[in-house]
Parts: sequence; structure tokens; C-alpha cells
Amino acid sequence: MYVMIREVENSLHKLKHIKEEGRKTAIETLKEIGKPTTDPAARVDRYLDYFTIGPQNMDPAGIVNKLDHVLDVRDERLKEEVRLMAPAVQNDDVQINNLENTLEAAMALNFIYKVVRHYYIQGKKTLSLYVIMQLQMILPMVMKEADAYSSALKAFAYGQPIGDGAGPLVAGKLMHGYEIRKVGKDCVVASVPFEGRTAFVLKAEGPGGNVGKPGEAIVQVIDENEGKIACLIMIDAGLKLEGELVGEVSEGIGAAIGGPGVDAFKIEESLTKYKIPNYAVIVKEDIGDAVSPMRKEINDAADKVIERVKAVVLERTKEGDKVIIVGVGNSIGVGQ
Amino acid sequence: MRMRNMTTQNQTQSASTNKKISTYLTLIVLIVMALAVTALLIAAETYLAGDQLAAGVLAGIGVLALAMSVGLLFQSKRQAAEVKVEAPKVMTLTECTNKGCNNKTSREFQRGDYVYKEIDVPCGKCGGKQMVTAIYKEVKEKEKTYNV
Repeated sequence: MYVMIREVENSLHKLKHIKEEGRKTAIETLKEIGKPTTDPAARVDRYLDYFTIGPQNMDPAGIVNKLDHVLDVRDERLKEEVRLMAPAVQNDDVQINNLENTLEAAMALNFIYKVVRHYYIQGKKTLSLYVIMQLQMILPMVMKEADAYSSALKAFAYGQPIGDGAGPLVAGKLMHGYEIRKVGKDCVVASVPFEGRTAFVLKAEGPGGNVGKPGEAIVQVIDENEGKIACLIMIDAGLKLEGELVGEVSEGIGAAIGGPGVDAFKIEESLTKYKIPNYAVIVKEDIGDAVSPMRKEINDAADKVIERVKAVVLERTKEGDKVIIVGVGNSIGVGQ
Repeated sequence: MRMRNMTTQNQTQSASTNKKISTYLTLIVLIVMALAVTALLIAAETYLAGDQLAAGVLAGIGVLALAMSVGLLFQSKRQAAEVKVEAPKVMTLTECTNKGCNNKTSREFQRGDYVYKEIDVPCGKCGGKQMVTAIYKEVKEKEKTYNV
């Protein structure tokens, strides 16, 4: 038990260091970009402790809209906080999004540290071998996640593309040079001629750190075309299993979108209504790669993804059809 | 350049943390080392005085304390190095937008760069417009492979 406690203690020290570094980076970035008149440290500390209470699920009917509302309120509130902390860039959405993402990464590190510390103290207080044992067993995964968020923090602070941006990178490549319009919340769409078809290419608006609301945007595009869409192709970063290579491209069906499930729900509802088939292409990467600066292998996978998308479109649709291609993920560092 | 400054700043911060740890530990190690040297000196004196047993015991204590203090110093340095969070080197790839040119240049990432950004610096080959086409980090260490 002593050995396990020592191991947890060492990891906890490392987590504390990472968390402190994260807080420091967030404050420094805020000072550098936001030029606040007062010291933002106290406000940042308050921000790091923010929490969100999910909707009551005793009667689950209509819970998706409630969750959507809660998430909207959270997003708006956090953005407002960032605007107050960074008056110099309060009208610059790109910088506000990047700062918000930086603070959210610091928030995640703070949360991980607090949870690990909670179980460590609880285990020591109760002298429970099982509490310490469980903590020690999951520590490698927890540390990996903490390291990932630590790298994410730097990427967000500098506005570098992250591994999760594989989808927007592909979508950006397809839509670059075409007329772009805003659709849904924080998303953009372009009508692109693609292998004799019309492709509505969609992504979160970049280059600020932003995932948008692709669900809302897809539903809007489908409704605008009265459901006459031959297929929906979603491109996203997917978690790889150990042994699989980073940047490997894989194909399947279904709504390739993470998050709390609100967007996936909206997409599935609309697709079912109009009987539109949904295909998915994913770029494999692990959690560390997904939130840290984009690896070369992931960047290079963009061309392979386009080839796969072309193959799907040619095999599954007819000439003159309309298709929707969505690059799902965080658009940080990726324009259009 | 700005990015480089920030990276240097980060490294300096990590270095100062290391320094803080080592200053505290160095003090303890120095005290233990001084005591160890004193024990060795007394051991030599005792040996010359003719008490070989006491000299042997004191020499043993001195050597042990010296070894332990050096060991502690190395261990603390290793732990401090483990805690250090390094920022990866991120590269920006720019390409000439002229179809016939295809000139590609790679440089270190600068704040404000983003993929599909048209940059003001003209192409060194044809003078055409340049665009950022990729921003990525290169992972040097190879992942450990398992033959299964």
C-alpha cells in the first residue's frame, strides 16, 4: 500500500505542477492578448472552478433540447467572462474563441488534479487499500490525458491547429476558393462542384478555436434543399486503439460526431425524416494527438480522406445529385 | 519570433522551477556532504592515533553519507526533469499559389498563422502570392511497436 500511495503522491505532484503551469499560461496569454486593466488572476481562478449542472433526466422526454439550452447558456456565459477578462480583443471572435479554449484546457487540468487529490486524500483518510488501488490503476490513463491537455493549452494559446481539426482541415481544403456563407451557429458552408455532383461542404468557422453547431447547420442545409440530399458524409477524428497507426483512415456509417450527443441527435432526426444515408470517414488518433498540435501524419491524411470521400460519392450517388460533406471538429488554426 | 520568445520563456520558467527544487535540496546535500567530509577527516585522525576500529566505523559512515547525498542530488534532478513540460516544435508550410510554381517553404510557426491564410511575403521563386497550406508538429521519437 505504501508503494501505491507513493506512486499516487508522485503523480499528484506532477499533476499539480502541470495544473499550475496551465493556470500560469492562461493568465499570461490573457495579459498578452487581452491587455486587461486589472490582474486577471482572481477572475481566472473563478473561471477554472465553473461547473455545469445537466438537466434532470427522470422524465427523459425533451431532454436533448434542455441539454442544448444548458450548453448554449454555458457557452455564452464563458465567452462573456473571457470578453471581460480580455477587453482589447472583445470584438475579435477568433481571439476570444482561442482564449476560451485555452481557459477550458486549464479548467480540465484543474478538474483532473482536484479529482485525483480527492480520491488520494479519501484513500489516506479511510486507509482503504481499494480506493488507493483503483486510483493507482487508472493513473497512467489520467496522466496521459493531463499531458494531452497540457499540450492543448499551448496549442490553444498560440492558435495552432490540433489533431481534432482533421475534419475541418479536409473541409477547408475542399471549400477553399468558393463562396462561403454562415449557416447555423458558428458554422460555414460552401457549394462546391464535386465529381459531377454538388457538394455542400460544411465546417466550423475558423481560424478561431471553435466546434460550432454542425447539427443545426446540417439540418438547415437539408431543409433548404427540401430533403433532396443523396447522402451525408461526415469526416472526423476518431480515437484509435493501441496498435493502430496515427493518421490511419477508416470508413463506416453513422453520425461521426462526439460531444454530449445533441448534434448527433439532431442529425439523426433529420436524416431519418428524409431517409438520407449517412457515411463516415475518420482519421485515427489517440486522445493526446486529438488535443495537442496536429501531427504531420494527421495533416498528411487529409489527401487520403479526400480520395475516400470521392470514392464514396462516386459509388453511392449519381451525377447531378446533391451531397453534404461535413468536417467535424475544432477549427482552431484552420481557415476556409 | 514571438513564438520563439514564448518558447524560450516557457523553458526559462521550467528551468527556474528546477533551480528552486535544486537550491533547497542542494542545501541539504551540502550539509550532509560537509558532515561526511568531517567524519572522514576524524576517521583519518583516529587512524593516525592508532584506533583502527573507530577509524573504520567513521570512514564507513562518511563514505555512506557521501554516497547517499550524491544519490539524492541525482534523483532530485531526474524527478525535476520528469516534471518539465516541453512545448513541441511546430512548423508552418507555405506554398506558392501559382499553379506552375509549386514552391514550398517551411518555417517555424508564428502566432497569427493559420491554414489557408494568404501571406504578404511573395514567393522567392516567381514572386507570386503565398498561402499557408499546413501547420504541424513532427514527432521525433518512434512509437514502441509490439509484434502482435
